Amino acid sequence: MKILVTVKRVEDWESKIKVRPDQSWIITEGVNYRANPFDEIGVEEALRLRDANAPSEVVVVSIGPAAAGAEIRSGLAMGADRGILVKHDGFLDSDAVARILVKIVEKEKPDLVVMGKQAVDVDDNVCGQLLAEYLGYGQVTFASKKESLESPEEKGKKAGLKLSADKKSLQCAREVDGGLEVLEVSLPAIVTVDLRLNVPRYASLPNIMKAKKKTIEELLPAALGVDIAPKVKVVKVEPPPLRTAGIKVPDVAALVKKLHEEAKVV
Amino acid sequence: MGTILLVAEQAAGHLKKATLQALGAAQKIGGTIEAVLIGAGAGTSAQELATYVSKVHVVEGAGFEHALAETHSAAAAAAAKACNATEVVIAATAYGKDIAPRIAAKLGAGVASDVLAVVSPSQFKRAMWAGNAIAIVEITTAVKVVSVRATEFAVAQKAASLGTVQPFAVQAPVAKTRFVEFNEVKSTRPELTEASAVVSGGRGTKGDFKPIEQLADVLNAAVGASRAVVDAGWQPNDMQVGQTGKVVAPKLYIAAGISGAIQHLAGMKGAKTIVAINKDADAPIFQVADYGLVADLFKALPELSEEIKKVKG
Repeated sequence: MKILVTVKRVEDWESKIKVRPDQSWIITEGVNYRANPFDEIGVEEALRLRDANAPSEVVVVSIGPAAAGAEIRSGLAMGADRGILVKHDGFLDSDAVARILVKIVEKEKPDLVVMGKQAVDVDDNVCGQLLAEYLGYGQVTFASKKESLESPEEKGKKAGLKLSADKKSLQCAREVDGGLEVLEVSLPAIVTVDLRLNVPRYASLPNIMKAKKKTIEELLPAALGVDIAPKVKVVKVEPPPLRTAGIKVPDVAALVKKLHEEAKVV
Repeated sequence: MGTILLVAEQAAGHLKKATLQALGAAQKIGGTIEAVLIGAGAGTSAQELATYVSKVHVVEGAGFEHALAETHSAAAAAAAKACNATEVVIAATAYGKDIAPRIAAKLGAGVASDVLAVVSPSQFKRAMWAGNAIAIVEITTAVKVVSVRATEFAVAQKAASLGTVQPFAVQAPVAKTRFVEFNEVKSTRPELTEASAVVSGGRGTKGDFKPIEQLADVLNAAVGASRAVVDAGWQPNDMQVGQTGKVVAPKLYIAAGISGAIQHLAGMKGAKTIVAINKDADAPIFQVADYGLVADLFKALPELSEEIKKVKG
């Protein structure tokens, strides 16, 4: 089977995020970049599915600046087969990203597209669902699994997405309010992954070396015929309201007094 | 001013509180509000919903039993077209997040997700970078779809007069997804995102949640956990509070043995009163807490349970 997996270049969550003085965006100078953590889980899942269902191929696609080649390369170092970079500098809304991905899917015709449920920069959580609707595909969002990340299944690097015997559908658990729901979806399909689907592997040194020889095809949104005018634009970015530290209380009795008399919450 | 369509959420005939909070957001946008309720049991909860809005469209029957994104988004989009809605509003629950973008794509609309505040009918505030920045976004399309972080809005006011409830006829598209099973996590406590008080435990519990649960029972609170606790397999996934878990905004949030990683703070900073109990006086959680107590949670929490019982009489 052929699996397309998306990887976005995002600000490292350990970097300090600060708003620009002109409130146009965040300060990007001095910030580290890395692959969106949810996307790494997507790459891991795609690799597990591929290895359990040979012959298969995993194609990593990223949309972003030339520097995003580094995030594709890290996916290739994890073990993906080849990459596609749709080069674009500056903001794209999720709708434009979804419509670019439609073109990539039409070109590559994968059996499955695996995406992170959200990118931890804009935290939209809409792109996979938009892509599924534009393609008329079924979707499984927030893919997870019943087994814990400490389970033998996880230690054995078993895929959480279960391909059917005829390879025409897959079953997957998803995180919803109040529990886990299991869906079966016909292929081709879109799966967006949640945090507890797997623990992504680290790239080994030999695989990092091998990844350098793998190909990354470069494309441009205009050449794909996609109008990237945003449906949702960012007007401005503000710092979050400051929550100031309150007081320290000496003991439980003092705490209860405060909660009862001052905050009036008990 | 156009019509706003509220896509309501119910389970087995019970309206979700988050829907009434999303309605609160819709009322802030302003205009005539109609609602659509989809799925088995929709007819039952429609009566309750009619005390809030002028018209409730009910979609039941074959293809809509389970909350599949394909069928439910089709019904919601059809209802939006039928009432000429210029705005579609839905709570950003797992259900809302799953279907809102598909509704938007069907309507050629832009979608703003998980919004915190209504600035104008086309501009909304939403959190980015795990809440380290708040963006004002503008939806530029004629029809707008908005999913709402329910905890940021008060439950809606009831309408002066009872609205009408009517069936809405729509054919379910043939879905490419099929419901297999639902594994419910049963709890006698209130749901995390709906509770007025939350007691959360972190790494400091070493996996022993007894004192957390006892205090939660005294307060009729939900129990939450930090990501460290969930990753260690000490507590189930759906108890995680944080950017990648549940976002809560209760009246009272008690964090016990939680250091206060940015990831966790993003999920609870909206609480009205925050209490931190931690052995480490330098833990970052104290930076956001209204009341901090430097103490061992295994000693402090049982005492706290007893003292609160006394106060409550």
